[in-house]
Amino acid sequence: MGSSLKIVGGEVYDPANGINGAVKEIYVQDGKIVEACREPSGVIDATNLVVMPGGVDIHTHIASSAVNAARGFRPEDHRHGLIAKKPGIRSGVGFTVPSTFATGYLYTKMGYTTVMEAANAPIGVRHTHEELIDTPILDKGLYILMGNNEFILKYLKAGEMEKVKRYVAWLIRSLKGYGIKLVNPGGVEQWKYGKDVEGLDDKVYYFDVTPRQILKALAWTNESLGLPHPIHLHANRLGIPNNYLTTLETMHALEGFRLHMAHIQFHSYGGENWGGFCSKAAEVAEYINTHPHITTDIGQVVFGDATTITADGPWQYRLYKLSKNKWYNQDVEVETGCGIVPYVYREKNYVNAIQWAIGLELFLLIQDPWRVSLSTDHPNGGAFIFYPWVIKLLMDKEFRSEMLKRVHKRVLSDTTLPNLDREYTLSEIAIITRAGPARALGLTRKGHLGVGADADITIYLKDSDREQMFEHPIYVLKDGVVVLREGELVGSRDGKLLFVVPPDVGEMDPEFKTEFENFYTIEYENFPIDAEDIPNREAIPAGASR
Amino acid sequence: MAEGVAVKEAKELTVVKGVTCPFCGVTCDDLEVHVVDGKIKDVKNACVLGKDTFMHHLEGWATPRIKGKPATIDECIEAAAEILAKAKYPLIYGLDSTELNAQRKAIELAELIGANIDHTSSVCHAPSLQAVQTVGISSCTVGEVKNRADLIIFWGCNPAEAHPRHPSRYSVTAKGLFTPKGKKDRMVINVDVRPTPTTRMADAFIQVKPNSDYEVFSALELNRFTKFQCAPMRGHGNVVGMAQVLTWQTGYPFAVNMSRGYPRFNPGEYSVADLLAHREVDAALIVAGDAIGNFPAKMAEHLQSIPLIAIDPKESGTTKVATVVIPTAQAGIAAGGMAYRMDHIPLVMKKVVDSPYPSDREVLERILAKVSSMKNGGNGAPSPASKGRG
Ligand code: SF4
Ligand SMILES: [Zn+2]
Repeated sequence: MGSSLKIVGGEVYDPANGINGAVKEIYVQDGKIVEACREPSGVIDATNLVVMPGGVDIHTHIASSAVNAARGFRPEDHRHGLIAKKPGIRSGVGFTVPSTFATGYLYTKMGYTTVMEAANAPIGVRHTHEELIDTPILDKGLYILMGNNEFILKYLKAGEMEKVKRYVAWLIRSLKGYGIKLVNPGGVEQWKYGKDVEGLDDKVYYFDVTPRQILKALAWTNESLGLPHPIHLHANRLGIPNNYLTTLETMHALEGFRLHMAHIQFHSYGGENWGGFCSKAAEVAEYINTHPHITTDIGQVVFGDATTITADGPWQYRLYKLSKNKWYNQDVEVETGCGIVPYVYREKNYVNAIQWAIGLELFLLIQDPWRVSLSTDHPNGGAFIFYPWVIKLLMDKEFRSEMLKRVHKRVLSDTTLPNLDREYTLSEIAIITRAGPARALGLTRKGHLGVGADADITIYLKDSDREQMFEHPIYVLKDGVVVLREGELVGSRDGKLLFVVPPDVGEMDPEFKTEFENFYTIEYENFPIDAEDIPNREAIPAGASR
Repeated sequence: MAEGVAVKEAKELTVVKGVTCPFCGVTCDDLEVHVVDGKIKDVKNACVLGKDTFMHHLEGWATPRIKGKPATIDECIEAAAEILAKAKYPLIYGLDSTELNAQRKAIELAELIGANIDHTSSVCHAPSLQAVQTVGISSCTVGEVKNRADLIIFWGCNPAEAHPRHPSRYSVTAKGLFTPKGKKDRMVINVDVRPTPTTRMADAFIQVKPNSDYEVFSALELNRFTKFQCAPMRGHGNVVGMAQVLTWQTGYPFAVNMSRGYPRFNPGEYSVADLLAHREVDAALIVAGDAIGNFPAKMAEHLQSIPLIAIDPKESGTTKVATVVIPTAQAGIAAGGMAYRMDHIPLVMKKVVDSPYPSDREVLERILAKVSSMKNGGNGAPSPASKGRG
């Protein structure tokens, strides 16, 4: 006999199952949603409350060597959020780069229960797992950086696609990863010479391949392995004026494949230079509206402190020069790079205000909410704790108008934002914060409240101030257990790692061990991670090859 | 186990491959350890320091004792827990020569008792950590050095003696993607206040005046001209791992104070040197690291005047004067776990032989459980949270 529970009287928003505010009972048994249970051991009265699946974050940076470098390098950031120990609750600090325990608690306090760590150098994945083990409550997965991997570049140069496929499967299997991440494909390899790529057809030194080839190869590999999530792409030219052309070209180049465009706000810029910086949200949204192979998360800018952390080494160097803030760079052998620069987005700064507006334009102009996920590219556009503020901006036109009066006045004249009347409904919010990202991730037990789903449930008090509503859930249940009640954490528990098991596409060639040891600095046998080293985990099978 | 089986196994040689060396931050993971009858007979691929660590791991073992008198491990754990549960402003220190999970437990214990927690970075690499917090750093993993670096500057460091295999595995004779001829593809420069054995490996030696420590800053600026990286040569044992886990759990790499129930960072106030010099701490737990042997007399003096617990596989200056000595299985040899290389890459350490003593992690876990039940009045009720709320 396990625990069981009934939630009664709540207005349920479960868009994956077509439920849009109906009052409906939800039954939970042994951590799963069930049809009904006879004598539930507990009842939650949700009368006048809103019931949704737990939030799912498709793109965030909460645990990795890079994130930890950011923590260590930003002691000034930690003084904004102190979490004291309580029985069962560990202490921590939190703001743009919260400590691990704090990360688990802060997401939970916001009603989120599943998050995807978006950038991991393969050799650092062991480190990420250790941090994720110390990130309580949440279920977590991680994407593995592959867009500048020298083995992949080498196989591509030789035209050996089957080897690319075997290698990718081997990486995901060995490291217990969730999906393929590309960051500035080709450009980070160029950064090892202090350079970048200018566009999709620029050749990468020595390897002689182009970003276009890398993109296509990994998109093809992803489909032929039947991975649950599309390739997750941080496209070339992030943050640079006129990068929307590269963005459109990239999406066009990958027609025929599923593609997740990460933090697309940072890739929707026009203008020949910073002086002419402008929004191209309409063009990008238009493309997405007419091309169903794309999903995206926005990477909304939030005013105030941010920490930019990305594998995009050359971009971080540019930002360091532009912002004159401190700069951390770490190039990673064989695989990728990493840069960190603290940053402050200011309402009155023209570029920052336009960036803020572009994010909102994209949210409002992309018609199909199922293909848009809420993100701030935490902590690049701002901390995840501000999601409720973004929700208010999306749901409340009046609030947007107030903000428009505060920000740099050229947002009024230079973007379409003042003319956009759309207001997100509760159901649409449920889509962009849980149902949609879960679907894009291929997580069939997340983001909905149908029978068989994980009983990760958030219950909110209805409030016309949507920021208040989403910032302070009344209850959060994880695996059917109440972890938050009346806005207070009432207990912690371990969350699990979600990892994909790719299909068996053959072993690596015998000579791979020698090559590996020639270019890496660790033993081949010491590279894979034993599943047993991760105490709580759930294998997600890959689907059929597409 | 039946005796016959034990005899049969007695002569068998087991070769454990891919063993990670726990001694320094080069963190070589290619050692081969030969074990016969539960004893280490040989170690291949290691440098002299690494080999000695394995071959002599049984020498100088500490023994369990309280106030100089022999005791059982259980009694020692009880005594340690009593000291820590009573302390008002304790210190937990050392933690470089142990593995990640023991370090985790030490942080949890620090949180529980409101301790200051610090480690050896504080007394050696604190200035470079603080330089990074101020201006940043441009760095790379050691494989980037192996594959690409055509100019190496050893600045104020002496890998020939402190990190013996760094030059052959990563930085001087190592052959990589764009350095197929190893040493021939590189120019090696040594900058220091005096020549050292490292100077002999260098193509050029530049002597500088003491205290001209601006390498971190200049490496950043050099990126204007070419790709330049700067890598602190850190690492006695797993000191990097301690800085890593302390950072992800508390936000800060060293000198953390938990007396308010949440982490605070203030080098110069919560670092070991200041806490001891100002005679502020009233009890100390030293784990896997010698404090007394390495500290100036004034700091050592205060440590000797307060209840002092030493958890260590070996006798040291600290165990000699400690109130409670708890010997443990040496991490990386008789206990498994994880260690970090100087460039923040984690590697698994294997347990290659058994020890009659528990691991650091186990000892800390048991102390933690004891202190926790003492603080809860032994009745399992949750402790009042008032301390954390103050
Ligand atoms: S260089 Fe360091 S890690 Fe390598 S064998 Fe020697 S002591 Fe051990
Ligand atoms: Zn990102």
